[in-house]
Amino acid sequence: MTATATSARSELSELGRSETALRTFLHGLPGVDQVGAEQRAAQLGTRSIKTTAKAEAIDLAIRMVDLTTLEGADTPGKVRALAAKALRPDPADPSCPHVGAVCVYPAMVPYVAEVLRGSGVHLASVATAFPSGQAPLEIKLADTRAAVEAGADEIDMVINRGAFLAGRYKEVYDEIVATKEACGDAHLKVILETGELATYDNVRRASWLAMLAGGDFIKTSTGKVPVAATPPVTLVMLEAVRDFRAATGRQVGVKPAGGIKTTKDAIKYLVMVNETVGPDWLDPDWFRFGASSLLNDLLMQRTKLTTGVYAGPDYFTLD
Amino acid sequence: MFEYAPAPESRSVVDIKPSYGLFVDGKFVDPTDGGSFKSINPASEEVLAEIAEAGSQDVDRAVRAAREAYEKVWGPMPGRDRAKYLFRIARIIQERSRELAVLESLDNGKPIKESRDVDVPLVAAHFFYYAGWADKLEHAGFGANPRPLGVAAQVIPWNFPLLMLAWKIAPALAAGNTVVLKPAETTPLTALLFAEICQQADLPAGVVNIVTGAGETGRALVEHPGVDKVAFTGSTEVGKAIARAVAGTRKKLTLELGGKAANIVFDDAPVDQAVEGIVNGIFFNQGHVCCAGSRLLVQESVADRVLESLKRRMAQLRVGDPLDKNTDIGAINSAAQLARIRELSDAGAAEGAERWSPPCELPDRGFWFAPTIFTGVTQAHRIAREEIFGPVLSVLTFRTPAEAVEKANNTPYGLSAGIWTDKGSRILWMADRLRAGVVWANTFNKFDPTSPFGGYKESGYGREGGRHGLEAYLNV
Repeated sequence: MTATATSARSELSELGRSETALRTFLHGLPGVDQVGAEQRAAQLGTRSIKTTAKAEAIDLAIRMVDLTTLEGADTPGKVRALAAKALRPDPADPSCPHVGAVCVYPAMVPYVAEVLRGSGVHLASVATAFPSGQAPLEIKLADTRAAVEAGADEIDMVINRGAFLAGRYKEVYDEIVATKEACGDAHLKVILETGELATYDNVRRASWLAMLAGGDFIKTSTGKVPVAATPPVTLVMLEAVRDFRAATGRQVGVKPAGGIKTTKDAIKYLVMVNETVGPDWLDPDWFRFGASSLLNDLLMQRTKLTTGVYAGPDYFTLD
Repeated sequence: MFEYAPAPESRSVVDIKPSYGLFVDGKFVDPTDGGSFKSINPASEEVLAEIAEAGSQDVDRAVRAAREAYEKVWGPMPGRDRAKYLFRIARIIQERSRELAVLESLDNGKPIKESRDVDVPLVAAHFFYYAGWADKLEHAGFGANPRPLGVAAQVIPWNFPLLMLAWKIAPALAAGNTVVLKPAETTPLTALLFAEICQQADLPAGVVNIVTGAGETGRALVEHPGVDKVAFTGSTEVGKAIARAVAGTRKKLTLELGGKAANIVFDDAPVDQAVEGIVNGIFFNQGHVCCAGSRLLVQESVADRVLESLKRRMAQLRVGDPLDKNTDIGAINSAAQLARIRELSDAGAAEGAERWSPPCELPDRGFWFAPTIFTGVTQAHRIAREEIFGPVLSVLTFRTPAEAVEKANNTPYGLSAGIWTDKGSRILWMADRLRAGVVWANTFNKFDPTSPFGGYKESGYGREGGRHGLEAYLNV
């Protein structure tokens, strides 16, 4: 890191001390023109990724999947099966890579941990009164600590959207800082719930807020509100992590989650990463897909590329 | 690294004949003098086809065919029937869009993603739009029963061969005129495929005539005493010659000429989108765009930041095979144009501006020019005043809105301008003061058939597109 980046970083770390400083900074960020951002995202979606490039992209996308189940009906049996799938997504093909992580509720963490131990597949748990985040801070922090103690090495927290939309940025900031502390060594992914933030200006501000407060990843959505990850929202977040690294030297990851169901969609996101932030982010440590059904489509396309024919859906496991 | 594998569009979707005649009176005919020239693929210098060169006798034959069709068939035909033909042409263009896009990229050098996603869809949209006007001319604001002019002589450039054809032919036919059109000598192929589409649509013979050739053919056409209307898109130099040639005749004239547009970025602009707009403004279609944003005026307080983003973005541009679906910048249209771009760029460097291009490998064969920006440019530099018509951007700075207006207007041209700011009131204030036919706000190079397009000053006169575009082809 250069000397200027270090000093910029220490200046930026001061921002969290005052509501006024935070507000001035966040509202001083360049605006996002909605039409332009959507047009750029759509343009990137017209790239044509074929043959060898497609094969590489599919394997990379599989390694980036956070295989997720977040249902009231989740049981130990269900999450164990999911974890087994994470380790060997395609039982018929040992060359198929494992996914990036399994993502579950805190109560399910111990069962997943048993299966994943020592595998290199990360164990992510949502926490902080996911998905609404509408609980007292102590409860959110206890939720986080419990998940880490049970074996999660990644925590997906939700920001306090109510406070953000009311303009109480410091409250949001402080909650993220406290959650980061409660995480200990676990990586913190900060869910912005962009579908509730509504404007791209808000997405950019919330992204910076989460990064300033120490988030290791910024994530679009819980998957529990009607609008989840979209290409333009992800584009704005990628621009934010790019600019944040330029200003501070610290790299932050991005995770679009919800609504990404097909290989075609996943490849569009990888193209966007490639052309917006570059190859440094084309790695499961820096980019993830929060998804469940996406994995089987990736596997189906992978099989098609290696064998030349599509296999029926019954050749891929449903977990 | 994520390398994109080649993704070429198949060129087998289009049949190119070894040679083409002139399209006169509904048929392809040989030229009287038998002259011909070759059209090449600028990306490879491969000869695509042998094209007939129309002499003055051929032009005369075409004008007489157009006159007869005007008097006997097209002029008397009710508007609702003319509309049927235009709708039919529009639909055939959509059906054959892949063929047209591939042919346009082969002959012109533009990337397939542009011919596929911009040129051809706009061509169809233009025919659909003006087809709708054909039976509603009395509601266009030009009086109760506006009459056509007669025979229109139309000369179009090589930068958007098929789109410029559509801009010319669709309103002319909708208003009840017949046409003789001369495409540019480096890009005649899509016009000839359009002639086949006219045949396929059973358009009456003589309504559309296509004469191919170079400057002499164009001169014979615009100077022909049998034409009632001249429409030209091209260089200011040729435009002035045409204006002189038709002066004192009954011919109605519209000209769409050169430009040196200012793309103005204020300190409160949405930077990422402004950078996209700058890139689209100057690198779209290799900068072969009369309304290209070839002068970037950026507020001094954000100049460094904008330029840094711009350079980073330019490094992502993919230059190469026009038929590859991932190509952003294709080939320069001709050796002559490449020489002009080189000459002006060298002049920019010699006059002291700082030149920068991203690292990019250019193919060995064909005509290529890397995307280039010049910083430290002043109003006195040639690259700030003359139209380069290539992927070359001149960057100037300003301090206040008034200075931006003054610099933007300080050019003999006045075709287009762009404004980038988050402040709505400033957009309106600027748009009021910019002497440019089109002012884009927080976007650039947006085209729509419903929107009139045309210039101030030496960028020409008359409007194309929209209701206003009908005026050029009506006796009003």
